[in-house]
Amino acid sequence: MADLSIKLAGVELRTPVLVASGTFGAGREGSYFVPVNQLGGIIVKSTTLTPWKGKPTPRMCETPSGMLNAIGIQNKGIDHFISTDLPWLLKKDATVFASIAGNTVDEYIKVADKLRTGGRGITGVEINISCPNLEDHSNMFSHSPESTTAVVAGVRKALPKAALFPKLSPNVTSLTEIAGAAIEAGADGLSLINTLFGMAIDVEHRRPKLAGVTGGLSGPAIRPVAVRAVWEVHNAFPHIPVIGQGGISTAEDALEFILAGASAVAVGTSNFVNPRSSLEVTKGIGEYMDRNHVASVAELVGSVKTEG
Amino acid sequence: MLLTRGEVLGHKKYGEHYHSLTIVAPEVGEQVQPGQFINVLCGEGSAHILRRPFSVYRVHKRGGWASTIEIVFDIRGAGTEYLAHLRPHMMVDLVGPLGRGFALPKGRAHCLLVGGGIGAAPLFFLADDLRNDGHRVDVILGARSNRMLLNPIEVRRLASVARVVTEDGSTGEQGRVTDVLEETIERCETEIIYTCGPHPMLEAVTKIGVNRKLPVQVAVEELMACGYGVCMTCVMPLKVKKKAGAGKSRARGARTSVNADGSQADAEDEVTYARSCTEGPVFNGASVIWNGHEEPVAPDQAELSPTGLAVAHGGFEDSADEHPPPGN
Repeated sequence: MADLSIKLAGVELRTPVLVASGTFGAGREGSYFVPVNQLGGIIVKSTTLTPWKGKPTPRMCETPSGMLNAIGIQNKGIDHFISTDLPWLLKKDATVFASIAGNTVDEYIKVADKLRTGGRGITGVEINISCPNLEDHSNMFSHSPESTTAVVAGVRKALPKAALFPKLSPNVTSLTEIAGAAIEAGADGLSLINTLFGMAIDVEHRRPKLAGVTGGLSGPAIRPVAVRAVWEVHNAFPHIPVIGQGGISTAEDALEFILAGASAVAVGTSNFVNPRSSLEVTKGIGEYMDRNHVASVAELVGSVKTEG
Repeated sequence: MLLTRGEVLGHKKYGEHYHSLTIVAPEVGEQVQPGQFINVLCGEGSAHILRRPFSVYRVHKRGGWASTIEIVFDIRGAGTEYLAHLRPHMMVDLVGPLGRGFALPKGRAHCLLVGGGIGAAPLFFLADDLRNDGHRVDVILGARSNRMLLNPIEVRRLASVARVVTEDGSTGEQGRVTDVLEETIERCETEIIYTCGPHPMLEAVTKIGVNRKLPVQVAVEELMACGYGVCMTCVMPLKVKKKAGAGKSRARGARTSVNADGSQADAEDEVTYARSCTEGPVFNGASVIWNGHEEPVAPDQAELSPTGLAVAHGGFEDSADEHPPPGN
């Protein structure tokens, strides 16, 4: 069996397959199906400075080959994560990636401060900058290089040693420009991609299908967009490790991301459908490597042949 | 909670409207409690990716190796259409048992089960268990019309007192379940109410029960993606008491007022969104904030709720009138 361990921004992971934020809680529920220490890492549900109640329902609807959601980052807050979820994950020998979110730059920094003092044992931090910026007409942080820089630089200062992975939104004109801003501000790697903006309408009622009106599209439907995003950013910044995500449910899906330039991948919406899909993806990558006599995952990263 | 594959033992119909699938799922069958549900993969490929949740209608425990579970459904979309075409020996991929089921009374009790449309499904399993434990079981079964009633003949067999009501009067008494509820409570000396069906019905049943100081356990049907607690889409707004001792809440204590029917959150209550899949689908009806849930669900999404009732009851034409689109 191939060696699946990888190095991601200086940290060693058991496998290149993680579970995406918001699709695996803080590991406890998923542990009924998956021994959490067999995952490359768990990117936990985003946590905020104070508990967030979330949006009213309906929060989701199914769409062709995917789903839309508008949940509003319902979570119990960073203090709960540090006091309850993190110790449980570490006890289970999980590789933990925190995910932080906020509505102002200051909120991100305060959450990062709490992780610096209480987050011992965390392997990396994903920065969820697909949140409305209340100080900028509720535009998402990830939609301008300036606010991306502000958040990432602020978190970098608060967490000087942590491996930081801003998670970028694909809903921008130039993803490489935003990626460049995040890297310049101190990102160690990037998470690509967050959901695509979408909307669905119930024509019988002439109402949006989501109470939040618009939402984030995920699932197999967005995979080609995500693979393209990874490929584009990897070409622009070949030395920056990328966690590729967006509609991965099989090893073949994951390998597309790796060949496009992702150093690791995260399984997201597929966890809802098949709670064990992360392990099936991992197994399939190993089989592919054996079949093709590939000794390490790193050999595959970005190895898609686009010329000749 | 298991991810497993079960073999279809039988497919049949209840009336012209409802399909039933009996699935051999020994471990799930041994574990499942009334009110819990299973989440079923409905098709190959990735066109419709999400599982469809179904409350368990009946269980036949046959020792550790051959227990079966039965689900009932009507055809709402591609997923239920797929299930309706399954035949014996075909395999079903399912996750279960999921959720928190009904709490059974400790002492002998007179239990009234109130079901609307296919929302009655989990009440059959509940009635079996209650009767086995020696409780008295009375049932009110309601639906829009004769064809939407779920197995009224079986209800008459199960219940000490069985009331069947249809909105169009095509079978039983004409009206809604709430029209005969108070009278039935008095006649049967009801001590606890269990109910499952559309929100307006659950709200009305809860109001009547709470007024009479009866515990009301409601099983809700929310749209869900994962069914095991991670996606946070199937939440119900609940009111919870604020923690005592907080300075703010003491200062405002004087303004506390609880409505007679207990239906509104008062100044001392906090609203929290609880996951129907793990903290429910059975809730204390008195804790639910029903008015947070007037939004109709799009017809094409209906089969993503445990028994798919969100649209069936009353028809969405009715609710469209009550909830005009923005701008009208």
